[in-house]
Amino acid sequence: MSDLLLKVEDLEVHFRSSSSIVKAVNGVSFTLNKKETLGIVGESGSGKSVTATALLRLIPNPPGNITGGMMLFEGTDLLSLSDKDMRSVRGNEISMIFQDPMTSLNPVFKVGDQIMESIRAHRKVSKKEAKAAAVDMLKLVGIPEAEKRINMYPHEFSGGMRQRVMVAIALACKPKLLIADEPTTALDVTVQAQILDLMRHLQDTIDTSIIMITHDLGVVWEICDKVIVMYAGNTVESGSVKTIYENPLHPYTWGLLDSQITSEISNEEGLSAIPGSPPDLREEMPGCHFADRCPYAQEICFSAKPEMVEVEEGHSVSCHFQTKNTRLQRKERVYHG
Amino acid sequence: MGTYIIRRTFDLLPTIFVVAVIVFIITRLIPGDPAAVMLGPQASVEDIEALRENLGLNDPLYIQFLQYMGNLATGDFGTSLTYNQPIVNLIMDRFPNTLILAVSALIIAFMVGVPAGIISASKQNSLLDYSVMLVSLIGVSMPIFWLGVMLVLYFSVNLGWFPATGMGTLDDGLIPFIKHLILPSITLATIPMATFARITRSSMLEVISQDYIKTARSKGLNEFWVICKHAFKNALTPLLTVLGMQISMMLGGAVLTETIFSWPGMGRLIVDAIDKRDFVVVQGTVLFIAVIFVVVNLLVDIMYKVVNPRVNYTTSKGGTK
Repeated sequence: MSDLLLKVEDLEVHFRSSSSIVKAVNGVSFTLNKKETLGIVGESGSGKSVTATALLRLIPNPPGNITGGMMLFEGTDLLSLSDKDMRSVRGNEISMIFQDPMTSLNPVFKVGDQIMESIRAHRKVSKKEAKAAAVDMLKLVGIPEAEKRINMYPHEFSGGMRQRVMVAIALACKPKLLIADEPTTALDVTVQAQILDLMRHLQDTIDTSIIMITHDLGVVWEICDKVIVMYAGNTVESGSVKTIYENPLHPYTWGLLDSQITSEISNEEGLSAIPGSPPDLREEMPGCHFADRCPYAQEICFSAKPEMVEVEEGHSVSCHFQTKNTRLQRKERVYHG
Repeated sequence: MGTYIIRRTFDLLPTIFVVAVIVFIITRLIPGDPAAVMLGPQASVEDIEALRENLGLNDPLYIQFLQYMGNLATGDFGTSLTYNQPIVNLIMDRFPNTLILAVSALIIAFMVGVPAGIISASKQNSLLDYSVMLVSLIGVSMPIFWLGVMLVLYFSVNLGWFPATGMGTLDDGLIPFIKHLILPSITLATIPMATFARITRSSMLEVISQDYIKTARSKGLNEFWVICKHAFKNALTPLLTVLGMQISMMLGGAVLTETIFSWPGMGRLIVDAIDKRDFVVVQGTVLFIAVIFVVVNLLVDIMYKVVNPRVNYTTSKGGTK
């Protein structure tokens, strides 16, 4: 139990608009151990990024608000911290890297200053020491001629290099948890692999846990230990990567798996897609949020919300038909939008 | 950067030349005989003819032009007939007064307008934001001659706190000098202040939603730093443009403000010259103001580069990337 780093329980994040409330995250729970990597997957709008942003309490308020739940980080509920204490957690204990390296660095400050700022916000060090640490960080993330590069501006770096700088900023204070919000989505495929390698390598070097937010299941198989699948603000399935890969149970997870591009798909076959689009989160839904798009849905799915049930050791799913005793028969190629 | 400044300074010369040509042509396009206009309806034909000769108006246009350009090249803007003084002396007499008024108005406008815009943007859609925007809307649409008169009526006539007109000198002591300066400065500052507040707000709002602001927050920086350092420096570019325009306009002479408060500045000089049909003075001061515009523009261009490292002046002719 001492290995537990983060425990999130029933996290709810709502956004108010003038006429309605959008329930972007609606009761998400997960745990993360030290040095572990957790993947959060789901399509756009499923609440993955909101969950991640909520962990740092960076949800813009108004309109957003964390309306319920607990986020225990090393036993302390992050929601109970004062603003000042929360600031000393951000960038220090928990850091974040964002999707688009082209826009996530401040264009008018030198790269070195942006790394040093992160260090000096949390450590009492001289400017000189901070600079030396910044150079070390740049070297660590594999940027050549680091001494020269720290005096350059972000626009003088390529996309991949900028994401390396973001990793350097995020890891400058050796945080215990790194949240990566689709860190490779905006990059070329070859650069994606480099960044993932870098993150995996640095995870071993500085012993950090990672929450990897992605819609790319390939990334999950590659670097995660555990995975939670999110749909419409809810967790629909969670478990170790091995279990989910070998024995996925939720029809939505099946849909995600089927819509992966693999080399086995022939030209004539075409790609699979889950038909329809995610539900409108402003509306109250009595049943399963996925029911409208689920090829297996029956009457009960529209009227009653399925509970998250642990169907086998460390593997939970929320589906009326996937329980300890019952199983749905997965059909071939039902997802053709 | 250094070569850029030198090159741009040399680039100014053709611009100023073109301005000089335009000023020359326009003063020649004024309908009627300038000499006759200057001397008024009672003047005799001989007097008019003598003045025409004196002003060189009887020479062919190209001779007049060459003479005018030649004089300009030696720094001679001509001599005013009504003041009986070289234009350069007149301008040098008046310009410092305009400068004092403009600088103090700019300081007021900047110190109030910019923070108001920043606060407004960081508390978007709050009561405070709406109040700042309402006040600034009133500010930009304020007829300043009316505002000037109202300020004089209330603070000078009713309360007697400040003198109604004129400009103090430092010889009288600092306090009277500042007392003379306050009402005209506030009057002149009103529109720029409101403009700064609105520009700062809209430009800050655009910046605050950027990803790098989220990055700054995720580093654990406090909100004051995030806004004043990370956001404001990015929001400066549009503000600089407006600042440059306002400075040029103020240095060119605040005609209305200077007239209301009998402030002996450039604006008054031009108005008086037009009133007295002293076209040599008009020609000289307009050219001087044009030079100020061009120089301030150059300074603003240089500031862009200081504020924003992405601005690249080396590609194409002074173009920005």
